[in-house]
Amino acid sequence: MSAIDIVGVHKQFGATQVLRGIDLAIPSGEFVVLVGPSGCGKSTLLRVIAGLEDVSAGDITIAGRRVNDLAPKDRDLAMVFQSYALYPHMTVRDNMSYSLKLRRTAPEAIASAVKRAAAKLGLAGLLERKPRALSGGQRQRVAMGRAIVRAPKAFLFDEPLSNLDARLREQMRYEIRKLHRDLGATSIYVTHDQIEAMTMADRIVAMNEGVVQQVGTPDALYDDPANTFVAGFIGSPAMNFLVGTATSRDGGTDITVGRERLVRLRLMPPTSDGQVTVGLRPERTMLSRSGAGARATIDLIEPTGLGSVVHLDLDGQLLKLFTTDRARLEPAEAVVIDVRPDDVLLFDPATGARLRPLS
Amino acid sequence: MRGPPWRRRAGWTVHYGLLALYVGFALFPLYWLFKVSVTPNDLLYSEGVRLWPSHMTLDHYASVIRHTDFPLYFENSTIVSTATAAFATAFAALAGYAFSRFAFRGKTGLVGLMLLTQMFPLVMIIAPIFRLLAPLGLTNSLTGLVLVYTAFNVPFATFLMQSFFDAIPRELEEAAMIDGATRLGALLRIILPLTLPGVAATLGFVFTAAWSELLFALMLNSSPEASTFPVGLLSFVSKFSVDFGQMMAAGVLALIPVCAFFFLIQRYLVQGLTAGAVKG
Repeated sequence: MSAIDIVGVHKQFGATQVLRGIDLAIPSGEFVVLVGPSGCGKSTLLRVIAGLEDVSAGDITIAGRRVNDLAPKDRDLAMVFQSYALYPHMTVRDNMSYSLKLRRTAPEAIASAVKRAAAKLGLAGLLERKPRALSGGQRQRVAMGRAIVRAPKAFLFDEPLSNLDARLREQMRYEIRKLHRDLGATSIYVTHDQIEAMTMADRIVAMNEGVVQQVGTPDALYDDPANTFVAGFIGSPAMNFLVGTATSRDGGTDITVGRERLVRLRLMPPTSDGQVTVGLRPERTMLSRSGAGARATIDLIEPTGLGSVVHLDLDGQLLKLFTTDRARLEPAEAVVIDVRPDDVLLFDPATGARLRPLS
Repeated sequence: MRGPPWRRRAGWTVHYGLLALYVGFALFPLYWLFKVSVTPNDLLYSEGVRLWPSHMTLDHYASVIRHTDFPLYFENSTIVSTATAAFATAFAALAGYAFSRFAFRGKTGLVGLMLLTQMFPLVMIIAPIFRLLAPLGLTNSLTGLVLVYTAFNVPFATFLMQSFFDAIPRELEEAAMIDGATRLGALLRIILPLTLPGVAATLGFVFTAAWSELLFALMLNSSPEASTFPVGLLSFVSKFSVDFGQMMAAGVLALIPVCAFFFLIQRYLVQGLTAGAVKG
């Protein structure tokens, strides 16, 4: 049985459709990340699960119980907000024990639960402080502590790290993962940051315009995206999309970009006019000085320390590639693009849907 | 203020000099009120304009307290103002919360209606209100006055409270509701403590407005038993003379409750209670 089941959920605010038929089953103990650009509906979905918004249609089931008409307080969830939403007039201890007090937990049990949670989060010395006397990172921890102090059916995270600086964010990412490993609680985590999604998720739910685009492990979304949205959203630097032509003959399909023949693939389904969108990951596109591949000219080189992002002109189209090879590349140099057939993804230009080999 | 020390000092001097000038300007009438209230009657006209009389007396205070109905007016005013402040603030807090947090049918219309009530000159509606209250036995009664004051203060107080609620992040009560509180519980235990400055400001505003209201008090309540202090002040004006000494003494006495009230609420008026709620 899934911990959380979402079936055909729609949500509209006035005339605006925010969620258009979401179906999602989250197994118990899984760490699911909802990712997508702002306005894609991921936060709304989380708030709908929490009960802070009503659904317009569809059902939400938590631990086998339909919760559509249940108030947030009766859903037994814990939520960490982007703004932390700490109660400013209460001490850290009171912030963390508030939910237990509302459940009429015995004072000794509250004290020990707060103590345990505080120890886990390194807040032991701060329990008597008010939120305003804490740093951003500490406030974030208190918000986490408020969630883990009881054992809810699931944790909901609404972009909890976006107000932290980069270093702290990386550290908290790791700590939240570790907490999840220790507690094993079902978690739904919302972020617009694909790196956060990739590093933290057991499974990623990629959303755009109120629709789930793809659900899968981080590797599956990276290697095998369902459409141009997922392909372009996951991965940094972002995937290249080139306008290409597919010509099928002799049981294979030749991909041409401009006048340059790029690669020969296994037989692909035909598109209406033979045009295809060619997706190339910058880090899976190689360069060679000679060979049979498509010819391109180096336009610009951006060093990043780890490697370089090379901007290429491929018969009038921009192609970025990433290389850790510190070959002495020069702007205006002519090079040959070398890709493995498996690393070339094709998409239907009209729908953005992935085209897969026929056999 | 940046720059070399002498410039900073000059800036400081000008800054506080101007402030002092303004404070002096604003407080001078109060000083004059006090000065006249301690000036013996025979010196009031004979000494000309002086900043302080050549000898002072508390006779005016004594006679106001002993020989006039002022203690009664005072009591009436206190009852009316306190009740009005309490009722108006309670209604305004609930209404302001609803306006701040909920989207409901007719919200815009309701806001418009409340604005509309603020647009009429009060003189226009005194007669209708008198006609409404008289058959109900609410003229010559403190209850009637409280009713009218509350009704007229609620709209503005609601807007005031709404702006205070607007300043409190919604996530706070959402967090409380997920933590296990009902909406009302979240309002009472999380939001209200944070709105105390707003509640205090609203209480103060309504209290002062009711305390100094003259028009309705004069028109609706003609018997001395139900008169408030501003009406009482008028009794010092007779056809042929004005007893300035006693009038000013009564005025000074009337300041005391207002000052006491603000003294009580001033610590809630201090802002910044919500700091630390959200990121920062």
